[in-house]
Amino acid sequence: MTVREESGNDALVRMAGVQKWFGDLHVLQDIDLEVARGEVVVVIGPSGSGKSTLCRTINRLETIDKGEITIDGAPLPEEGKALAAHRADVGMVFQSFNLFAHKTILENVTLGPIKVRRKSKADAEKRAQELLDRVGVGHQANKYPAQLSGGQQQRVAIARALAMDPKVMLFDEPTSALDPEMIKEVLDVMVDLAERGMTMIVVTHEMGFARTAANHVIFMADGQIVEKSDPETFFTNPQSDRAKDFLGKILKH
Amino acid sequence: MDVVWENREAILIGFTHTILLFVIAGIGSLLLGTLLAAMRVGPIGVLRVAAVIYVSLVRNTPLLMILLLFRFGLPKVDIKFSFVDVVIPTTAGDIRLNNIFTACVLGLTVYTAAFVAEAIRSGINAVPLGQAEAARAIGLPFGGVMREVILPQAFRATVPPLASVQIALIKNTTVAGAVGVVEAFNVMRSMTNNYAGSRIEIFIAFAIIFVFLVEIYSFAAHRLERRWRIA
Repeated sequence: MTVREESGNDALVRMAGVQKWFGDLHVLQDIDLEVARGEVVVVIGPSGSGKSTLCRTINRLETIDKGEITIDGAPLPEEGKALAAHRADVGMVFQSFNLFAHKTILENVTLGPIKVRRKSKADAEKRAQELLDRVGVGHQANKYPAQLSGGQQQRVAIARALAMDPKVMLFDEPTSALDPEMIKEVLDVMVDLAERGMTMIVVTHEMGFARTAANHVIFMADGQIVEKSDPETFFTNPQSDRAKDFLGKILKH
Repeated sequence: MDVVWENREAILIGFTHTILLFVIAGIGSLLLGTLLAAMRVGPIGVLRVAAVIYVSLVRNTPLLMILLLFRFGLPKVDIKFSFVDVVIPTTAGDIRLNNIFTACVLGLTVYTAAFVAEAIRSGINAVPLGQAEAARAIGLPFGGVMREVILPQAFRATVPPLASVQIALIKNTTVAGAVGVVEAFNVMRSMTNNYAGSRIEIFIAFAIIFVFLVEIYSFAAHRLERRWRIA
């Protein structure tokens, strides 16, 4: 199914006819997607539906077999320096945080700005401290990741991505590895980010976040985009049987 | 033990050569081995294959054959190491860093690097994949990912196996004695020839010094392992 109702010229992320196979498994089937500047798109769907893979193709942590992905009009580079430069413009937050275990919180946030953006150490640290304060872990700057709770680590990971001044932020199930009481602190940071106008693509099971912050909800199943609509319509009046079935299962309890 | 004490200067020079072989080949193999390990996990296919071939070829060849190649084989095709000829006179005798010494240092470096590469590769594999993904995601190129994120963590996981490789190197320096470097084993052999009646004492004295050297190294490695574990 093609979803392209508001293909304006301001599409920041554009996927056209994207196909990907893992062996025989057709994990992404003819994906067309446009995300406009400042838009928040939430991707939901059952596990194995390809939503994480879709998210990871946008900074080429997963390669695609067919189709095209462009960011800000420029197609994704294949490899090498151009790809690294592209990734610097795309922030990514992982399910398992992936903070650099051997570096302090502050060093985690300054590494990219210093090594990739060539900022001075002083500038990078100043900005890092601001971002850490903003996500509420400023006083932990000199600790190591293992000394922080999961929720704190994930907020640091968001600060690390923001330190690169990305054009778009990708969130790959950012709260799935967290204890329930820590989910809110991460979602609060994400909502704040959305309100500040960041372009975000968020793979999540957090329906509350989708309702609060999303402009669009994309429902994926079996490697396809089955449905795309605004959150209210999606949750109250899903069109496809697949989405009705999915919502019935997750909203029951 | 009189024999040992009378020859203390020769023994001292012998062990000085041993330690120099170990330190230079140790550092050289660490650098070459790290490069090989990075090639092995890197994105360039040709380099990956080259590293695999290097490791299996060198690791499967006896050290003595590699040293013979560097000491006698390469000079036959005019790769001599005679440009190195340093003599450091000391009160105990001369420390000689000549073509034979250089050939042996290179041979030991090439040989040990294969084992270092495998030890570091096991360390790299111990670093969770997410670390590399996060490093790539902030825009670091392959070299930066390795240098800033993967290798520092890999080295931590690699300290115990690397220590074993380097301890083997300390003992492997004795093979250089067989091809003409006047290191500890070489000194010991001439002493056992000259003092046939005191062989046991001579053996024991050299063994004790070797154990002592290895213990110092093990202790340092252990300290390093503990200090890095905390961080």
